[in-house]
Amino acid sequence: MKLRRLMAVMVKELRQMRRDRITLAMIVGIPVMQLLLFGYAINTNLRDLSAGFADQARTSASRALVMDIVATGVVSPALEVATPQELVDAMRRGEISIGVVIPPDYERRRAEGREAVQILVDGSDNAVQSAAAQLAQMPLDGISSGPLATRAISVTGFYNPQRRSAVNIVPGLIGVILTMTMVLFTAVAIVRERERGNMELLIATPVSSAELMIGKVLPYVAIGLVQTTVVLALGMWLFDVPLGGSLLHAYLAACLLIVANLALGLLISTGAQSQFQAMQMTFFIFLPSILLSGFMFPFAGMPKVVQWIAEALPLTHFLRLIRGVMLRGAGLSELWPDVLALLGFTSVMMTAAILRFRKRLD
Amino acid sequence: MATNDAGLAIRVRGLTKRFGALVAVNDVDLDVPRRNVYGFLGPNGSGKSTTIRMLCGLLTPSAGEIDVLGLRIPEQAEQLRTRIGYMTQKFSLFEDLTVRENLEFLAAVQDIPRARARKRIDELVEQYHFHDRQKQLAGTMSGGQKQRLALAGAVIHEPELLFLDEPTSAVDPESRRDFWEKLFELADAGTTLLVSTHYMDEAERCHRIAILDRGVLVADGTPDTLTGELAGRTLVVDAAQPRKAKAVLLGIAGVVSVAQIGNVLRVLLADNGDAAARVDAALRAAGIEAGVSASQANLEDVFVSATRAQPAREEAA
Repeated sequence: MKLRRLMAVMVKELRQMRRDRITLAMIVGIPVMQLLLFGYAINTNLRDLSAGFADQARTSASRALVMDIVATGVVSPALEVATPQELVDAMRRGEISIGVVIPPDYERRRAEGREAVQILVDGSDNAVQSAAAQLAQMPLDGISSGPLATRAISVTGFYNPQRRSAVNIVPGLIGVILTMTMVLFTAVAIVRERERGNMELLIATPVSSAELMIGKVLPYVAIGLVQTTVVLALGMWLFDVPLGGSLLHAYLAACLLIVANLALGLLISTGAQSQFQAMQMTFFIFLPSILLSGFMFPFAGMPKVVQWIAEALPLTHFLRLIRGVMLRGAGLSELWPDVLALLGFTSVMMTAAILRFRKRLD
Repeated sequence: MATNDAGLAIRVRGLTKRFGALVAVNDVDLDVPRRNVYGFLGPNGSGKSTTIRMLCGLLTPSAGEIDVLGLRIPEQAEQLRTRIGYMTQKFSLFEDLTVRENLEFLAAVQDIPRARARKRIDELVEQYHFHDRQKQLAGTMSGGQKQRLALAGAVIHEPELLFLDEPTSAVDPESRRDFWEKLFELADAGTTLLVSTHYMDEAERCHRIAILDRGVLVADGTPDTLTGELAGRTLVVDAAQPRKAKAVLLGIAGVVSVAQIGNVLRVLLADNGDAAARVDAALRAAGIEAGVSASQANLEDVFVSATRAQPAREEAA
C-alpha cells in the first residue's frame, strides 16, 4: 500500500464531497434534525396528561391535594371515580394516562409520614413515566411540612416497569445518527463510481483494492466526528445531557462505531448493483439497529434469539459504551468486551469488502 | 509464452470470450507490432471493446493466450497497469473534479513523484490546450474537450502502450482531426497505440488494422495490403438512373454489394475474373445507359467484402 495513492483517493473524495451540496447539508442537517425531533419528542415537561382521580378520603386536605396536582399543569382531570380498580380499567381502555389514588386514611398516613398517595402510571408510554416521576417530586406544601414529605407520594409503574429517562436518548442518538449516515455514505461510494463509469478507469490504474477502500473511508471518519460533536454539543446545551465520564472516551467510542459502520457500508457497496439498491440494503440494516440495539426498547426485555441478532449490530455495542461513558462515568477499559466487539466487526467487514472488490469487470 | 520477438507489443492466440450463450469474441489471433497505430475496425457489438478489456486485464478470457509487453494477462495484469494507458469508450474521468484535479489524481495514482507530477501536468495542460480551463469542472466541458482530457489522463505516466476504445465516437470532425494528430505524435514518440473505431477514414490512418465482425477476426494487415487484395474487384458504374441500375446490378451473380455514392454506383465483385464484362453486358441487356470503369479499392470495400461472405444484399450507403 502506497501512502501517495491512498492520499490521492482521500483528496479526491474530499474534493468531490465539497462539491456535493446535498451530502454536505446532510452531514450537519441530519444530526440537528434528528436531535431536535427526538429531543423534543421525549421532552419530559409534558403537560395536560389526562388523569383520573380516586379520592377516597374526601376531606378538605385531599381536595386541596387534587387541586395542587392539577395546578401543576402536568395533568388535566379527565375522570373522577370511587375506587382504584376503576382507574386501572380506565387506563387499560386508554382513557387516562395517570391515575391518582388518595386512600381513605390519607391524613393519618400523612401524619405518620407514610406513603399517602399512589400514582398509577401508563408505562406503555415512556414519556408518561417520566412525567409521573416529576409529579412525585412535587412538594406537598400547605398540607404538611414534615421532613418525610418527599416520600409522601409513591409511583407505581404499569406495563413497563423499567424507568427510562431523556438523557438516555441523546447519547444513543449519536449512535443512531452515525449508523444512518455513515453506512449510507459509503454504501453508495463504490456503486456510484460504477454507475458513473469511473470504475473502469480506476481498475485500469495501479491503485489497489485496499488503497481504494481505505482512502474512501478515512474522510468520512472526520465527518462522523463532526456529527458526533454536533449531537454532543446540542445535547448538552439544549437538553442538559450530563457527561459523566471522559469526553475523549466518548469520542473514541464514536470512532469505533464510525469505522464499523463505514466498513459495513463498503461491504454493501461492493455487492449492490445500483445506488438505489445500496440504499435499500442500508435501511435493511438501519431498522433492526434502531429497534433491537436497545435504543428504543430495553435490550434485556428481548427474547434470546433477538438478543443474538442485536449482538451482531454495531449500534448495540456502541450504546453500551456511550451510556457507560456519558451516564455512568465508566472508562472504555472497563467496557472492553464491547470495544472488542466493535473492533472485530470492523476488521471482518473491511476484510470482506477488500476481498469482495476485485479489479475486474467480470 | 512471451513476446521474445521484441517487435511485438501484443501477441494473442485463440482469444475467446463467452457471456453465457453469447460468444462475444471468437478464437481471435492478433499480432500488434510496437510503435504502430493499430486499428480495430468493426461495427458496434463486434467484440472490439471486449477484446480491449481482455488485453488490459479487466475481463477474464474464456479461452486463449494473451501476452502484452511480455506479460501474461490476466495473471500479471497488475504489473501491466503502470505501463499501459486506457481510454474508455464512455468518459470515465470524474465530472465533479476540475481538469487539473483529475490530472493530479491520475498522476498520484500512477505514483509519479509530486515534483515530477506537477511538471508533467503543466506540460499536458499546455500540449492539450487546457491552460485557461484548468479550474473548469470536467463535466461542464464539450465532447471534444472531454476526449482530449481523457487522452491527457491516459498518457500522464507516459505508457508504452495505449488502448483507445472508440475515442472519437462523440466528437465533431475537426476535433477528430486534432485528436488523431495527437495520436500520431504519441506514435512518433515511441508509443504503441491500439485504437478501435467504426470510422473508415480513421481506420485508413492506421499503420495496420484488424477487422472484427461478430467476434471473429475477418481480416488484418496494412490498409494497403488489404485494399490491394481487392484489386480488380471494384467498379464504378455511372448511370443516368442509378437506382434502376442498382436493381439490375444486384441481380448479377458475383456482385457482392452495390452502394450509391452521389450519382455513381460503387460495385464490389466476389472475384476479379470476367465480372466486369458481365456487368457491362447485363446493364446493356436491361437497356440502361451506363459507363463502367475500374476503381481503386478502399477500406470500405475491404470492410464490406470481409464482413459479407453471404450473397449480394441491399446496402444503405
